[in-house]
Amino acid sequence: MSIDNQVFIQNVIIGLTVGGYLALIALGYTMVYGIIELINFAHGDLFAFGFFISLTIFAEINPEIPLHGSGLYFTLPAVALLTMLLTGSLNLAIDQIAYKPLRRAPRLAPLLTAVGVSFMLEAIYAIWKGPIQIPYPRYFPKEDYMENEHVISFFSKLGMDITEWRIVSFTTKDLFLFGVTIPLVVLLTLFIDRTRIGKAMRASAQDREAAMMMGINVNRIIATTFFVGGALAGVAGMVWGLYINSGRFTMGFEAGLMAFTSAVLGGIGNIRGAVLGAFIIGMIKAMSDSYIGSEWTRVVIFGILILMLVFRPSGILGSTQSIEKL
Amino acid sequence: MRDILAQPRSMFSGRLRWVLIAIIVVIAPFAMKELELLTNFGLITQVNRALIFVALAQGLNIVVGLAGLLDLGYAAFFAIGAYTFGLLTWPSHDIEMSFFLAIWICALVAAVFGIIIGAPTLRLRGDYLAIVTLAFGEIIPALVRNLGDFTLTFRGRVLIEDYNLTNGSQGLTPLGRPDFSFLENLFGLDKGAFNVGVDPTFWYFAIVITSMIVLFSAIRLNNSRLGRAWKAIREDETAADFMGVDPIRTKLAAFAIGASFSGLAGAVYASMLGAIFPELFKFQVSIFLLIIVVLSGRGSIWGVLIGGIIIATFDGVFLAQVLPDIFNGELLPEYDVQSLRWVFFGIGLIVIMIFRPQGLFPPKSIETKIVPPTTESAEGAPNS
Repeated sequence: MSIDNQVFIQNVIIGLTVGGYLALIALGYTMVYGIIELINFAHGDLFAFGFFISLTIFAEINPEIPLHGSGLYFTLPAVALLTMLLTGSLNLAIDQIAYKPLRRAPRLAPLLTAVGVSFMLEAIYAIWKGPIQIPYPRYFPKEDYMENEHVISFFSKLGMDITEWRIVSFTTKDLFLFGVTIPLVVLLTLFIDRTRIGKAMRASAQDREAAMMMGINVNRIIATTFFVGGALAGVAGMVWGLYINSGRFTMGFEAGLMAFTSAVLGGIGNIRGAVLGAFIIGMIKAMSDSYIGSEWTRVVIFGILILMLVFRPSGILGSTQSIEKL
Repeated sequence: MRDILAQPRSMFSGRLRWVLIAIIVVIAPFAMKELELLTNFGLITQVNRALIFVALAQGLNIVVGLAGLLDLGYAAFFAIGAYTFGLLTWPSHDIEMSFFLAIWICALVAAVFGIIIGAPTLRLRGDYLAIVTLAFGEIIPALVRNLGDFTLTFRGRVLIEDYNLTNGSQGLTPLGRPDFSFLENLFGLDKGAFNVGVDPTFWYFAIVITSMIVLFSAIRLNNSRLGRAWKAIREDETAADFMGVDPIRTKLAAFAIGASFSGLAGAVYASMLGAIFPELFKFQVSIFLLIIVVLSGRGSIWGVLIGGIIIATFDGVFLAQVLPDIFNGELLPEYDVQSLRWVFFGIGLIVIMIFRPQGLFPPKSIETKIVPPTTESAEGAPNS
């Protein structure tokens, strides 16, 4: 296979991994927006919180690097659950303190509050871990499947010699990222589509007052939404930390804006749209990093955000809300 | 204008008050110089910076406060003003335009960009407009950073090769400074007698004049037909539309005029610093300006003036100098107190939005009107 094609395949793999973690963040944006029509500006910083808190938990446990055996099958899921619990609780607390008093205020008031929360959180992270690039130890074992003899012999039976694909790599880390993000996305979709709480969420999103009159405790539904959204962002932060092995206090801002762009691209308020948008943005980021230059990626992604909002504000799959003025 | 000036009639009414203010403004830099010697804190440079931010905040106040359009990327216009000035006066570009001409061009260019950015986005609802402006605010510094070494190829043909427009992240330096050699000729002084350089006292007066131009324009606009149209749009766009106010043109005017203030302030700032970098126009700057406007009182020109001076000086003198001086002596020698800066401002923004959304010095006209809207009034009760 030619080098160009190999580079392209590798970019597709990178795009899918980026899309995977963005999807988890974008879901939180879109769920909160669906219910209380708030662009939760601080949502990206919960992703960063997931990164930092899981790092702290790992440091407390101090497992062997890389994890193996019981560490991999017990410690890792336990840390993930604890991270989700803590990040979800933080998001819940933020909502109760900062956004809840403003439920009936003009729409811009909670948005400004969210900006305040975002800046406060970032400053706290900078104090907590230092305003520098933070290394995330390589807890997850890394093994390239392209060098695995079973995989090589499997492909050679198909008539392909993958030992020649020197640029392409697909590692245990990639598989781990997909193995966490894709099931979670599917679970969340099922949760919203099939369960009673999910039904109540959809009802509250459609018409909050009608839902209240039907006996739905909308406040509790909003709280659940914030908790679930936060938990997903938290686990995304942890998985991304294990994958990329470094981060800094502003990482939530960057990721948050990309995830928000994903949510808008897919149609804000639309769960499937957020996932689709995240994978598209992930692909665009990977391709732009490789073919245009990483210094232009921001311009490309924000350009897409602007063009999307200006020309098709309801997104690809259609938004549940009206974004244009009536 | 009269009724604004005539609020507290008791002690210093009418002309006397203005004479006092003028005296304070003129004496201030010399008093600050003495204070600087006493306390070892940089004051004048920080007050200069604060006044630049006041001029910027007045522009943002037109967009956010008067017209009610949330702009999260206002630093873009600041950057456009500063970089236009940079391109016009950076020696390597061989234009080296005079300061006095360049600043007006910068204001004009920023206004044009205000229309370019505003035009396609104004039909969006408020929070989406905020996000689009944020995206522009991120794109402009990224463009500035990337246009330092720009190569454009199209189908294998090199159209532009290694073109250096903005000098990338190294920034533009030196930049043009106001040239007073005509005064030297006029009064027959030695050459270089009016060589202003970085003298903070000179820049204090230059910035005071800039801020006064901006302040005067803002006051006149606020009481003009256009100003009333902005406020009408802010309160109820549909009703204003029915009353014959063209919403698109009115909003575009807000964007353009707000941006032009920022362009002017950006140019003066660039000239004062003598060097500009993309990092000077980060997202934090947009939010800092927004905090000034929101904390001071959206729509209140005097509020933004006073609040801006207080907040920006608090930031530059108290948070950046006094607090580290107190704590880093013996209490916490290693601790970087300045990292608390955004914790302060973040909490400030949250607290003000929850407990006093109209700001500390709200404009009189809406002070009595802000009631937390209930569902009834949002749905439109028969009498409201």
